[in-house]
Amino acid sequence: MSVGILMLVHTALGRAEQVARHWAASGCPVVIHVDKKVDRKTYKGFQASIKDVSDITFCKRHYCEWGGWGITAATQGAAERMLAQFPDVRHVFLASGSCLPLRPVGELIEYLDARPRTDFIESATTSEVPWTVGGLDIERFTLRFPFSWKTQRRLFDKYVALQRSLGLKRRIPKGLVPHMGSQWWCLTRQTLSAVLEDPDRPTYDRYFCKVWIPDESYFQTLSRQYSSNIESRSLTLSKFDFQGKPHIFYDDHLQLLRRSDCFVARKIWPHASRIYEAFLTDEDGALKRAEPNPGKIDRIFAKAVERRTRGRAGLVMHSRFPNEGWENGLTCAPYSVFQGFAELFEDFEPWLARATGTRVHGHLFSPERAEFSGGEKVINGGLSDQPLLRDYNGAAFLTNLIWNTRGERQCFQLGPMDTQDVCWKISNDPNAQISVISGAWAVPLFRSNQNFSDLRREAARLQKIENEFLYKLRNPNAKARIRIWSMAEFIESPMEPLQTLIDEIGNAPQRRLAEAPKMADLQGFGQFLQNLKNQGMHPHLMGDFPIHDSPVLPVEKQRKPYLVK
Amino acid sequence: MGIVKSYRLRLQRKRWRIRAFRKRRELQPIRNRTSQIRPGDIFLFSTMRNEHVRLPYFLKYYRDMGVNHFFIVDNDSNDGGLEYLAEQPDVSVWHSKSSYKRARYGVDWLNWLQLRHAHGHWCLTVDPDEFFLFPFCDTRPIRALTDWLDASSIKSFSAMLLDMYPKGRIDAEPYVAGQNPMETACWFDAGNYTINKNKKLGNLWIQGGARARVFFPDAPEKAPALNKIPLVKWDRRYTYVSSTHNLLPRGLNLVYDEWGGEKASGVLLHTKFLNTFTEKAQEELERKQHYSASVEYKAYAEHLSENPDLWCKWSEKYINWRQLEILGLMSKGNWA
Repeated sequence: MSVGILMLVHTALGRAEQVARHWAASGCPVVIHVDKKVDRKTYKGFQASIKDVSDITFCKRHYCEWGGWGITAATQGAAERMLAQFPDVRHVFLASGSCLPLRPVGELIEYLDARPRTDFIESATTSEVPWTVGGLDIERFTLRFPFSWKTQRRLFDKYVALQRSLGLKRRIPKGLVPHMGSQWWCLTRQTLSAVLEDPDRPTYDRYFCKVWIPDESYFQTLSRQYSSNIESRSLTLSKFDFQGKPHIFYDDHLQLLRRSDCFVARKIWPHASRIYEAFLTDEDGALKRAEPNPGKIDRIFAKAVERRTRGRAGLVMHSRFPNEGWENGLTCAPYSVFQGFAELFEDFEPWLARATGTRVHGHLFSPERAEFSGGEKVINGGLSDQPLLRDYNGAAFLTNLIWNTRGERQCFQLGPMDTQDVCWKISNDPNAQISVISGAWAVPLFRSNQNFSDLRREAARLQKIENEFLYKLRNPNAKARIRIWSMAEFIESPMEPLQTLIDEIGNAPQRRLAEAPKMADLQGFGQFLQNLKNQGMHPHLMGDFPIHDSPVLPVEKQRKPYLVK
Repeated sequence: MGIVKSYRLRLQRKRWRIRAFRKRRELQPIRNRTSQIRPGDIFLFSTMRNEHVRLPYFLKYYRDMGVNHFFIVDNDSNDGGLEYLAEQPDVSVWHSKSSYKRARYGVDWLNWLQLRHAHGHWCLTVDPDEFFLFPFCDTRPIRALTDWLDASSIKSFSAMLLDMYPKGRIDAEPYVAGQNPMETACWFDAGNYTINKNKKLGNLWIQGGARARVFFPDAPEKAPALNKIPLVKWDRRYTYVSSTHNLLPRGLNLVYDEWGGEKASGVLLHTKFLNTFTEKAQEELERKQHYSASVEYKAYAEHLSENPDLWCKWSEKYINWRQLEILGLMSKGNWA
């Protein structure tokens, strides 16, 4: 007989009884502490039900409240009882009613027999661990905590703030270095009795009973005083979420638990009958354990914490609606926005789709309808092309589009003739690659067959809108990847910027562009601009165009006819 | 929030409670089995009219999930549904002949029953065509969820209404009592939802889905609200305000995370669009007992006469909750 179990029970007494019997049946004496919150009648019933096992005893009950002294007092009482009543016990293992041994108890006994002098207790100094809840680390030891964190939260917070502002501090008893760690430990008789029989114990107890969460620091600190060999880890598998509350294991975790290499897991949901059955009644099954793979449990619970604190980037849903600036990514994937390209080049969209292999939409925010690629009326996720539906919440439309098409890069055209609702959003989105040829909106006007006075009015309107958009893009806070060329600048050497853009999209294999999109015929465009100027409208976004001769177009190489003789 | 605003909301809450108290007279108990209730039982509250054909599956679904007791208000059914409910061993049923509309679409009735019976219990408030899904619902009963919510000090749990529809005409396949409605109505829209925040009560206001796409393309602001908070650890001070969309005190509406994380949440599969719907829409249009002068039903009637097919190429076929969680329609949060 070498291991004694202390069991702190709060609820689910039936399960606690099962586990206690299991320990006792494997030759481990058990001392049970039942929370004083459990009513007397239930307690008596519990005691009576377990009376037939001689190695199970009960100790004096205390009120246990999370973060309070009660749990530590209960542990002390149970430990004293254990040491006094079972002189053979060498290691004392602290467990709760919802802990469950995952490996046969014999293995635990063997393991501890091989390490007769080792104390297993997770114990680290406050400055070195990031676990603290509520921003209290060393202050756990230097402030007073007379109020309950769970039920008197406001008073708790106020009193902490008051002590901070007045600079009140408690003195830590001489010689103690505060350590913290998991509440669940396994100590040797030597260390435990030294802690419990220390002549200074009244001083320590008085001090620790006003420390916050003493059950995570009392034994952790004091065992450092006496132990010759501390192994700073807990033998109990227990995973904590971002609020410092343990994750619970359910029936569907059974396979995971089988693959863990820990001796004891907590905490198990009391109604998880398959788990209890598998590990308590079925010794053979427990022996036939699968290859240990504890990393998997870690990953699952680490992911859960990550999901709760950071969430999935670019997802907006009914339980994730981030405040501005807290989105962790406005959209979920990179996308490209082109302004002026489809106007300047006649076949820009199919060309881009060919060159990059991405999905190229037309003007998604056109007032008539969302021009989805291929002229579709509805696309992924049931997103409709109806303009009113889209404009009801333009930003959500874009977020949805990018979210729905995860895994496939989206490109779309934008222009001053479109609804401008999303401009602000995309300019602030690091996922957006925005390329603008400023002034290219004039090309369709130039080629249209409208009255000049109408053209002039339209040109003035579009120029104003584009100017505002450019202003947003040039804002120092804009986070998108932005490139702006004036039209004159761009057509001077169009291939170079196109190559850069395509490379950045990065889908296609890295090679030089084989074909260029076909540029619209700009013969007479300079004169058109001059006419606008003459009418008193000053088009300035295109850059400087010579009036008479058309700008130098990249001459399409005529293929030489050749003859086979 | 200022003191004035806070006090106004308090008054509003009291007003709904008083209203619920007054409306208690409209409820006539048919079968009251509330003496069976044990502490910690999980309840389901619902109000219905002429839903007999849906009841067998509805009750089975929620019994399997682990609901212990059903509280149902029958609004003057004449299809035998009331008698069917009265026979069930775990159902308490009340009857009301009064106006559904004047009981604020049943909210007042249920608020009263909850005030009277549900204090300290977890309550699921759903319509007979709504099927609640929560993370891990295929392997864990609802008590696992409520225990976890209790341990995390969470008092209310969000579930978005997800409109399910069949492929082809809505009336193509008749629904038989006891059948799983998700067998025929197994399609949904995965990613066309828009969210706004209700500044006053703090809840989100979600619109979109198949109904917005088909029935309200020209008036998206009129599309029905899809945000719901169906699962609440009830306290007698609480009231539902408008359907199960929002509650008072407003802290209960904060079921979403504002700092980038995801809270755990579920989905309500809404199987309104079965073959029974065409008839129902016609009847409801005549009764004029629905929200905002039944604008929703007017829109339905208009479209349904032309082409009752909600399905499109990009409709998603329902598989299980994990699919919905991957699509971003619900979340496991930090429950693992």
